[in-house]
Amino acid sequence: MDYKDYYKIMGIERDADQNEIKRAYRKLARKYHPDVSQESDAEERFKEVGEAYEVLKDPEKRASYDQLGANWKAGQDFNPPPDWDAGFEFSGGGYTEGDASAYSDFFSSMFGQGFRSAHGGARQEGFHARGNDHHAKVLIDLEDAYKGATRSITLQSPELDSSGHMSTKQRTLNVKIPKGVKQGQRIRLTGQGSPGQGNASAGDLYLEIDFNPHSLYRVTGHDVYIDLPLTPWEAALGASIKVPTPDGSVDLKVAKGTPGGRKFRLKGRGIPAKPPGDLYVVAQITLPPADSDVATELYKKMQQDLAYNPRSQLGYKQS
Amino acid sequence: MKQEIVTGILLDEQTELSLNDLCQACSSSAEWIIELVEEGILEPISYQQTQWRFTGNTLQRARAAIRLQRDLGINLAGIALTLDLLDEIEALQARLCHYE
Repeated sequence: MDYKDYYKIMGIERDADQNEIKRAYRKLARKYHPDVSQESDAEERFKEVGEAYEVLKDPEKRASYDQLGANWKAGQDFNPPPDWDAGFEFSGGGYTEGDASAYSDFFSSMFGQGFRSAHGGARQEGFHARGNDHHAKVLIDLEDAYKGATRSITLQSPELDSSGHMSTKQRTLNVKIPKGVKQGQRIRLTGQGSPGQGNASAGDLYLEIDFNPHSLYRVTGHDVYIDLPLTPWEAALGASIKVPTPDGSVDLKVAKGTPGGRKFRLKGRGIPAKPPGDLYVVAQITLPPADSDVATELYKKMQQDLAYNPRSQLGYKQS
Repeated sequence: MKQEIVTGILLDEQTELSLNDLCQACSSSAEWIIELVEEGILEPISYQQTQWRFTGNTLQRARAAIRLQRDLGINLAGIALTLDLLDEIEALQARLCHYE
């Protein structure tokens, strides 16, 4: 188990006062909040900061953490000394605000015990409560949204065993991803959350759909975009071009004189939601390199024979 | 071994959620959801209070609102502003991604 330097995580000195700790937390929480942040590791950092704050904001927890001493380095292998918590009493309030399963092993080894016994004791005969809902993310490919798919997901959930101890239980679930899903949408699986207590029903499982980035396509809502490279002569003379779509390739008629950046809309060929999205093919005119005698000759001939001035709008004459 | 495949309900614009569904999925009180509606953060399909129905995608917004309030201590007006700005950023990023 690795030692965690909560002061370093929060970017504060060991003698920081409670106001300083709160300010540091607020600042970091805003920076790394997964709903707001653009940082790629936002969720991880946010949890880390939350855990650090959970300890440092509570004078009791902070005091017992400080007792470990300042000589530990972050990441160093850590085992709590046998009687490290002697003389400390945690008056609840621990875990309760946060998501217990999100905290590190380091945290659990220091503050976990009180939580477990407190919860075990609270279980009563004849007590009925609906199980908690669970939320998880599932990564799919764009093609899955077109055709539907089955995804096997592994969930870890903390569970109380019969003696009231917390343990992490793993289970695998095969879930049908319906055709037509969009980025960020949720699938509700009734009764797949935590089991209820007593006669109450189980909670639900919510799966958030997240697309893997695709090498060819970009997705906005239910619309899909693909860039189509064209030669200058295809764009100038018109052509019929085979274009891949997630649903199989189609023949696209490129009109004579198609400018770069023109979008062709293929109605209803986006994600097959209700209503279905569109597929946009964006023309990209590419420049053939003048890397051979033939190519150079052709360019020179165009230069001589074509009276073409792309800068006519710039207000001066071609020299 | 044959494995069971579970099928869920896709919460899209076609799916309807009741006030109770939202409360359960957000583990929050009805009062809190009602406050979000009164602030204009969530919009029911129709405003008849006795039978508010919400589209499936309302759930994302409601949960984001709760996280912002719980994690950052933002008040209702602040949540409304934040979510609107996030929507705007998302729209701009979608446009940006077409030019990149």
